[in-house]
Amino acid sequence: MSEPEMTFKNAASMGLSEDEWGLILKRLKRTPNLCELGIFSAMWSEHCSYKSSKKWLKTLPVDGPQVIEGPGENAGAVDIGDGLAAIFKIESHNHPSYIEPYQGAATGVGGILRDVFTMGARPMALLNALRFGAADHEKTKHLLGGVVSGIGGYGNCIGIPTVGGEVNFDASYNGNILVNAMAVGLANSDRIFRSAATGPGNPVIYVGAKTGRDGIHGATMASAEFSDETESKRPTVQVGDPFTGKLLMEACLELMASDSVLSIQDMGAAGLTSSSVEMASKGGLGMEIDLDLVPAREEGMSAYELMLSESQERMLMVLKPDATQTAREIFDKWDLDFMPIGQVTETGRLVLLKDGVTACDIPLDPLVDDAPEYDRPQAEFVPHPVIESNTITSGAPISNILMQLLGTVDLASRRWIYEQYDSQVMADTLQGPGGDAGLIRVHGSQRGLAMSTDCTPRYVEADPRTGGAQAVAESYRNICAVGARPLAITNNLNFGNPEKPEIMTQMAQSVVGMGEAALALDTPVVSGNVSLYNETDGRAIRPCPVVGMVGVIDDIANAVRIAPTASGQTLMVIGQDKSCNDGWLGASLYARHLAGEPQAAPPPVRLDSERRTGEFLQAQIGAGNIIAAHDVSDGGLAVTIAEMCMAAGLGATIASPDGGNAHGWAFGEDQGRYVIATDNAEALIDAAKTAGVSICVLGMISATDELKFGEGDAISVVKMKTSVEATIPALMNG
Amino acid sequence: MMSLTSMRIAILVFPGSNCDRDMMVAIERLTGRRPSLVWHKESSLDTIDLAIIPGGFSFGDYLRCGALAARAPVIDAVLDHAARGGAVMGVCNGFQVLLETGLLPGVLVQNAGLKYICRNVTVDVCDTIDSPFTQNLETGTRLTMPVAHNEGNYFASEDELARLNDNGQIAFRYKDGPAHGPANPNGSSLNIAGIVSANGRVMGMMPHPERAISPELGGSDGATFLQGCLEALAS
Repeated sequence: MSEPEMTFKNAASMGLSEDEWGLILKRLKRTPNLCELGIFSAMWSEHCSYKSSKKWLKTLPVDGPQVIEGPGENAGAVDIGDGLAAIFKIESHNHPSYIEPYQGAATGVGGILRDVFTMGARPMALLNALRFGAADHEKTKHLLGGVVSGIGGYGNCIGIPTVGGEVNFDASYNGNILVNAMAVGLANSDRIFRSAATGPGNPVIYVGAKTGRDGIHGATMASAEFSDETESKRPTVQVGDPFTGKLLMEACLELMASDSVLSIQDMGAAGLTSSSVEMASKGGLGMEIDLDLVPAREEGMSAYELMLSESQERMLMVLKPDATQTAREIFDKWDLDFMPIGQVTETGRLVLLKDGVTACDIPLDPLVDDAPEYDRPQAEFVPHPVIESNTITSGAPISNILMQLLGTVDLASRRWIYEQYDSQVMADTLQGPGGDAGLIRVHGSQRGLAMSTDCTPRYVEADPRTGGAQAVAESYRNICAVGARPLAITNNLNFGNPEKPEIMTQMAQSVVGMGEAALALDTPVVSGNVSLYNETDGRAIRPCPVVGMVGVIDDIANAVRIAPTASGQTLMVIGQDKSCNDGWLGASLYARHLAGEPQAAPPPVRLDSERRTGEFLQAQIGAGNIIAAHDVSDGGLAVTIAEMCMAAGLGATIASPDGGNAHGWAFGEDQGRYVIATDNAEALIDAAKTAGVSICVLGMISATDELKFGEGDAISVVKMKTSVEATIPALMNG
Repeated sequence: MMSLTSMRIAILVFPGSNCDRDMMVAIERLTGRRPSLVWHKESSLDTIDLAIIPGGFSFGDYLRCGALAARAPVIDAVLDHAARGGAVMGVCNGFQVLLETGLLPGVLVQNAGLKYICRNVTVDVCDTIDSPFTQNLETGTRLTMPVAHNEGNYFASEDELARLNDNGQIAFRYKDGPAHGPANPNGSSLNIAGIVSANGRVMGMMPHPERAISPELGGSDGATFLQGCLEALAS
């Protein structure tokens, strides 16, 4: 069968630019065939090559004594003590989830789990970060229902608890939802597996599910904008099989325990192409594969299709030469395909055979090292004005405003969503979704791992650098609020089309802010993912650089949650002093819902005091001086207090300050603050003074149903709870 | 009475089981002895005092839940064990498997809300026939344990339901409790959360006792239940 000679037209249809096509011709010194061109286009896609983001990603801090493995492997690894490593990563599945929400989300979960167990870690927990369009948009209900069901469908079946996440709604996501999934696993620090191929002549083994015609060129699809024809891309979405995923996970972990594996790489985006190219190139070697040996689900698949398929639940590994028999027995036990398909070579080339002839013979260096890297132009950032509270506030009682805000989808309970996730399987979940951070026990020990995903896109849009820093700081706060010590982060940068200067500014500057915060808070970036071109018909999403953070708590008996436990406990705010009688309403939820969301600067992030406050909180939780803690975020103090009351089923009497601006004080989103409940207010005040941390008393928990902000300004806790619980069920059942 | 440590307990493991370890941990904690994990391809069981079929997705459950697992080689050995009057307990997917084997009557269909549901529920211990699974629990005791399933909606014919009720084979019914949400999470007939066989030796239940074995995990009613079963079987 002869195929037509490739031209730039073919390259363009695969998303390559004219310059990139020229570079391929120059490097190969000939015209590539279809399979070779497919491989180049996949490896040079934004998704695989990070060509628009690399320059900025390089600026992120990636080192620290806690870091065992930084970016570059399947996932990052940090030391959590006792010879154990937490291995984690977040990854997006935005484009496929919009096209086919159930399968897109399910395979997102499957893919991130493979990234983690490929490193030799048993996955312990899942989180996610989701963005949907406006609640009343015609597609939101369908997309939300499908994505949640897909996340649960995969995670529940494979048996990894989903312990946290965040979900938000905004019209900018009407045509491009975001589905970011994070997995956290545990491994022995000295038993971490990597992907670099070793030992020329060693067998290359294909394991897992068979290869089909699904998801062909998914990585390229994920590197382009959407248009009206998006529906026609449904065939590029992969189909998940969590049962096979479970078999593959168990088989791989069993094999890794047998000391047979030299290197291993999952087949994620760009399937067999990226796995073979990355393994060989990281090892500085070559690889030869006989594609006729690849287990295929369908007959007559071409070399191009086999190399570009993104069928799920597949792995590529290099085994010790004498370990093949052991490995085969393990995969037989789990009824999975196990097929030697080639070998490691010294050639530095990727050679593929199909039907007995060479289907591809290309040097690896250009695929990886010559992958384009762009320093795309940025638009000048024009700061938004700082707005005074009294330009947007009214004299309405705090309780009225609180009730309005709690009735929005932004602050609605996510219970309808997270009850569809098994949050308890593995029986180590100390805190599932609904708290500040997910918290799991390190099985058989007193140690715990805390984890959180965060981003506030309206801050990032208003000021990318501050917004990038804020995402890190908020995650940091969520980890501190349960009493854990933040260790490191993974990030998922979701933006529009980087070829537009204003989008490039959002990405570059938010990465700068993220890096500054990660450095100041000693939470280096150990893994991550970039998702660009989140645009439909030229309209970009609100920028959403999500941070996923992991922390450790040495004794889980010390961990705290958000609910105060008894009346009489004092509520205090840490990170604010008693002179405060106003707050930062620019870019707040208050401004969004009550003032028409005027363009305004977001609250600044002060990294020095952020760290001082966070460390103070960790120490005081460890010392047993704090009964409950909740970080102050969307909706400010009033919403934070309301959430604590609702969690406790108790009321509170709060003293609002005299003078100033009551709404600013109640709903301002000034950063770096936590509300805590304590029986030791005096001791805390003394300790805070010593530590140089601001603190002040807000009021007291009461055995009533009333949250009071002074005389005549009160609201029923039951009524608030009924409201926040009703919103999403009403949206989904309506 | 034998000691709990000398009890021989087998937990069946299908490739998609995912609560096998959790059950093993819970049982070991209560008895001091690690139960044996038995792979589904085994065709015989050593002499045991209790066989447990744990939760999970035995073979992916893309077909009817538990349908493939009920035809696995190890199930023949479980049927022999049950025929000799041996005790068998199935939790969640294990309950679904027991229905598919015919050891217990009825079916579990998709939840009335058409969604997977994971949350705490409260069950009421019913006035049950003589059974090791309930004899150490007072009738009317409330137990709070989590459920996590998509197909937990118990269904049987009117005659069958009447028979279960009259015979005292309904072990647990969903009841209002401290947890958020309606008492019956899935639309089960007669609020059934767990049943026992006519001879009381086989039990199937949707709630996960192995996930409620200590206060930091959200409660220890599961341990209370399991402890009662184990002591009854040991006596």
